[in-house]
Amino acid sequence: MPSIDLIANVVIAGLLTGLVYGLMALGLSVIFGVVRVVNFAHGEMMTIAMYAAVALFGAFRLDPFIAVIPVAIVFFGFGYAMQAGLINPFITRPEHSQFMLLVAVAIIMVNVLLMIFGPSALNVQVDYQLESYEVGKILFDKARVFAAGMALATSAGLFIFFKHTRTGKAIRACADNNLGAKVVGLNVKHLYALTFGLGSACVAVAGCMMILLVDVTPSLGPGYTLLAFVIVIIGGLGSMPGALFGGILIGVSEALAGLFFAPSAKSMFGFALLILVLLFRPQGLLGRKL
Amino acid sequence: MNSRARILLSVLGVVLVLLPAFAGNYVISVATLILYFAFVGQAWNVMMGFAGQLSLGHSLYVGVGAYVSAAMFVNLGIAPWAGLWVAILVCMALGAAIGFLAFRFGISGVYFALLTIAFAEFTRIGFDHIEWTGGSGGLFLKVAQREQMDLLNFRGPPAMYYYAILALAAGALAICAWLLKSRAGYYWQAIRENEEAAQALGINTFRYKMIAVLISSAMTAVSGVFFAFYYNNLFPEQIFHISRSIEIILGPIIGGIGTLFGPILGAFVLTVLADSITEVLAYFGVEVPGIKQVFYGVVLLMVVMFLPHGIWPTLARKLGVTKS
Repeated sequence: MPSIDLIANVVIAGLLTGLVYGLMALGLSVIFGVVRVVNFAHGEMMTIAMYAAVALFGAFRLDPFIAVIPVAIVFFGFGYAMQAGLINPFITRPEHSQFMLLVAVAIIMVNVLLMIFGPSALNVQVDYQLESYEVGKILFDKARVFAAGMALATSAGLFIFFKHTRTGKAIRACADNNLGAKVVGLNVKHLYALTFGLGSACVAVAGCMMILLVDVTPSLGPGYTLLAFVIVIIGGLGSMPGALFGGILIGVSEALAGLFFAPSAKSMFGFALLILVLLFRPQGLLGRKL
Repeated sequence: MNSRARILLSVLGVVLVLLPAFAGNYVISVATLILYFAFVGQAWNVMMGFAGQLSLGHSLYVGVGAYVSAAMFVNLGIAPWAGLWVAILVCMALGAAIGFLAFRFGISGVYFALLTIAFAEFTRIGFDHIEWTGGSGGLFLKVAQREQMDLLNFRGPPAMYYYAILALAAGALAICAWLLKSRAGYYWQAIRENEEAAQALGINTFRYKMIAVLISSAMTAVSGVFFAFYYNNLFPEQIFHISRSIEIILGPIIGGIGTLFGPILGAFVLTVLADSITEVLAYFGVEVPGIKQVFYGVVLLMVVMFLPHGIWPTLARKLGVTKS
């Protein structure tokens, strides 16, 4: 039986990582909540952001906390263009058609990364990755604390945008009633593209933070896509607090499973939780009634 | 089916039956792969194409079918002809469990698709930890002498596997053609188009969706048994992986979802496409890992964008084999 201090440490680390997961899932949730398209290339976009941070670090010694700004801006533009050019014509198509479109995009993304960066694991090395804060017997890794802080700040920014700005309210109107939004003269296609851009920017930030915690390989993409699904379904597809809550839940359960069982079994708990939630509360723990 | 379609189908049948007489081992192996994907695509099509239930976790049935029959063969010495039935029963039980849970709790669309992924992934990680089937290290079947045919244990030359999968694919086509014209087939199409309306007409939608899942999972289990004895090695990481599920459904979607020949045509197009990309790249001496898949992805993107109903409906019109 591991000591209580060890368990506390593991839980804290899982919680902090979970916030970064949560931000990644938030991007997926926002896109689904508004555009009603499930982004099957979400994890692949996450790995692209991680590689972008690696490349910027390699070329200019840019700290991921600085790299996050250009990466997020580029991702926003990329997301906008992808929705406007590729996905908008698919809005009225059946689900499997949208799914195939994004799977094709995901296949291209993974393999372009493989062509550029090769299959070996890459990372960034900054000095604060080895430092930690000590509170009593509990250690807080500096990199993890910063990453989680950034994830929280980005999420808070997004909450404020959706609650208090005109554009944010317009996007929520589209999500609530598409036809109604068109009737009052909102440019729905533009707002959809904007939403996809924002969701992509979330992934960009999450990716730049995640590279401080784990190494990246091109094959990580599908795993992150699944992880993001698990989190948003557990939290509630389309619910913003749900995504963060789901992220923390998965982060902590992964960390505990790694401690008490085999680390390779950790995602099994996530999937088991997903199956239970789908069956007994399909709208998610914090989601609105379907 | 008009007379023209009958002639074309007969010609195709004759060519396929005579193929091993004039084709080399390479062509036979490609043809085996095409027929395998045609068969498993047909199985998936029963659930999605006919009844409208999107499964993204069909690797579950391939994997369990393969593992059950292979583990019985390797560990207990039970011949695949017996193992096949156990594999089918286990997969049908799994399909019944997933279908029952999903349909009773009213899960559909994207949520149903994610539930099927979750079950496949859950099982993948589970098999990583089952020692009896070799865990993550894999399960291996002894590669027998390929010259001798041992029908009882399903070991033999490539042509034997070719004829086996040809028979399976042809059988699946016949079954699907019959199903589509049966009472269940019409009920499924009603459910696919509008479930509420189907229910209002008095169709027991729960029962007919369950039937679709059971038929589909049983057929996919058979493909798993074939997979195990053809490839001789199984790894949970590979056989249950989500990319396998995607591979299964690409054929029917590219070919034409809900059509009888879509899965066959799609399997043909995709396999030939992947192989010719490899050939062309090898010809130009390009050896960049991933470039093949990028081409593959781009072609996929083009088909989804410009042929939303798949290739078959368009091709069928050109060939003059459809009524309209």
